[in-house]
Amino acid sequence: MAHASDPQAATSAAAAPDGPLTTADGKPLAWSLARSQARARRRAFFLVLPLLAFILITFVVPIGQMLQRSFYNDGFSANMPEISQWFAENPRGTEPNDAAWTALANDLLASAEERSIGVVGTRINYDVPGTRSLFTSTGRKVRRGIEPPYREALLEMDEDWADPQLWGAMRDASRPVTSNFYLAAVDRTRAEDGSIEQVEPRQRIYVMLFMRTFWLSALITFLTFALGFPIAHLLATLPMRKSNLLMILVLLPFWTSLLVRTTSWMVLLQQQGVINDILVWMGVIGGSQRLQMIYNQAGTIIAMTHILLPFMILPLYSVMRTINPSYVRAARSLGATSWTAFRRIYFPQTLPGLGAGALLVFILAVGYYITPALVGGASGQLISNLIAQHMTDTLNWSMAAALAALLLGSVLILYWLYDRLVGVDNLKLG
Amino acid sequence: MAVPSYATRLERVWHYTYLVLCGLIFFFLIAPIVVIIPLSFNTEPYFTFTEKMLSFDPEGYSMRWYDSLLTFGMSAPDGPRDASWWADSWANAKWVKAAKNSIIIGVFSTLLATSLGTLAALGLSRPEMPFRRAIMAILISPMIVPLIITATGMFFFYSNPCELLGLIGLPTDCGRLAGTYLGVILAHATLGIPFVIITVTATLVGFDQSLNRAAASLGANPRTTFFRVTMPLILPGVISGALFAFVTSFDEVVAVLFIAGPEQQTIPRQMWNGIREQISPAILAVATLLVLFSIALLTTVELLRRRSERIRGLTPQ
Repeated sequence: MAHASDPQAATSAAAAPDGPLTTADGKPLAWSLARSQARARRRAFFLVLPLLAFILITFVVPIGQMLQRSFYNDGFSANMPEISQWFAENPRGTEPNDAAWTALANDLLASAEERSIGVVGTRINYDVPGTRSLFTSTGRKVRRGIEPPYREALLEMDEDWADPQLWGAMRDASRPVTSNFYLAAVDRTRAEDGSIEQVEPRQRIYVMLFMRTFWLSALITFLTFALGFPIAHLLATLPMRKSNLLMILVLLPFWTSLLVRTTSWMVLLQQQGVINDILVWMGVIGGSQRLQMIYNQAGTIIAMTHILLPFMILPLYSVMRTINPSYVRAARSLGATSWTAFRRIYFPQTLPGLGAGALLVFILAVGYYITPALVGGASGQLISNLIAQHMTDTLNWSMAAALAALLLGSVLILYWLYDRLVGVDNLKLG
Repeated sequence: MAVPSYATRLERVWHYTYLVLCGLIFFFLIAPIVVIIPLSFNTEPYFTFTEKMLSFDPEGYSMRWYDSLLTFGMSAPDGPRDASWWADSWANAKWVKAAKNSIIIGVFSTLLATSLGTLAALGLSRPEMPFRRAIMAILISPMIVPLIITATGMFFFYSNPCELLGLIGLPTDCGRLAGTYLGVILAHATLGIPFVIITVTATLVGFDQSLNRAAASLGANPRTTFFRVTMPLILPGVISGALFAFVTSFDEVVAVLFIAGPEQQTIPRQMWNGIREQISPAILAVATLLVLFSIALLTTVELLRRRSERIRGLTPQ
């Protein structure tokens, strides 16, 4: 320990006032101190090392590995080497010649024999929908035999092989490293001449979904602020005994399972549910005009506001607790109205808590999956739901990875901001 | 908080409006959780209050949905309720199996997360710790990174955990972790770790390091110092961190959806299936039981927090 060497340093300094300071065993003090500090650093680091290694192996590396798929996909290039070679040798815009058709036929035959033709077709299917079956059916036919001239033979099997869009997609897929998935994730595509253009208006879904995710998250953050601020203020100003009791009403939802709370909202909001029943009973709406409050954006907003509200209240509360009430009293005594005192004295002091809560709620909301999937319907889906859909339904894993990379990037920027403004070690739970 | 004596009439009106508003917000927080409790005793398979329930007719209420938790998935649910019926339920009923799985996975992932997390928190709280901020940010990140991204990454990693060894020329095929208990336990431990770190470092902030030095100066070795001095003092924080980790695992569904096999169905996974496919009020019975469970946990954590504050010499509340 650095402190332990201090007394020794003092004695040796007294013994030899002119030379460099040494410890009792004659080593230079600065060296000795540096060594003991290095040892303390190592000790602290070794305590953290097992967990750091665990997180790196089970969390950081898997995510990195998954993100690699967003720009690396060798489904086509690894299984179709000859035609990939031809694409590499001939610039974009070259009409496929005999050599190209021969290479294609050879690759199709080899790939069909290897039973990898499905993978190849799937890769091209990402860029030109509907082409997977073209590959698998042609694969079956070439295994029965194919004779030169290959162009005519393949076109006879299926005339779609002449489609220039298909050849463009094959050229794009002939190199394993591609930016196409990122282009697709921002609703862009590569035209036949290689330039980048927007996809058709009715296929532009990703940018819209990102915008919706950010817009809904901002709205939910604002709603949690509007609902959480008065609650946090009340809890912070009440005497401890009362506020501890009321705090349970905030902590109970916080500790209750996410699925339980989502289920509750499904029960409450359905058309035959409790809220609609009450509204009908009160005569606010007729029995036939029951409100559609769930399986749409409204469902997502209501349920997520409820679920994320404690994440706003808790940081706000812990900051408000520390605000000295005499500042507001001083302002009042100097003639400020209660509104002015709140606006100019109290509110600015709550800003650290507000920033912490708002950033946390926004970060969590942007990545939400379960609740929108259950109560969001079609219009309440967020970007997470589309990633899940690409993972489990369309099996376009590279696309899922590209969307995940964009989402992760924005979350990490916000997290960095959170760390700068609030500090991750100030994160408190309950 | 009372209205100050110098308040104007308008301020008084505002003050009471404010109290009413707060009451409504508290109602918004708590009502959705409370409302499912009576509904879970509904005799009819509806998700709303029937007329019989509203008139407090005993016929409107029953335990049938709780009973169905024991029978759903059994091979002979209608038989006489003797020993073999209970054995059948224990072995086959889907909710019972899910509960067993949730507890096994929860306990082991909690043990892993708490031991590793406490050790790391001890290191992180030392003033000499290098790269403290960056390492802390990495260790907390499983809580911040969207679950779907974590689950997707884990899906590929756990299907073939040795793929990376290929980079250094080692064999790349060593079986799957996906679809095994170990895989789910590791995944849940990863997700629970931030909560342990946050809770234990928060406890260590108030920890007086001179106590350790005193023990060392009296001749205790680091091991003894840790188990006789440090551990008893930070134990409340460690336990509440463990409870957080357990709840995280107990409530986790996204990672389970991606990496668990049919053998590792947990309660949330079973609820997810129930909500998406054959929605029955049995879900409400499960939800009610989970609410009671969270009340018990919340009480424990609150008691621990107060105990920890008392030990550290803060004002008792």
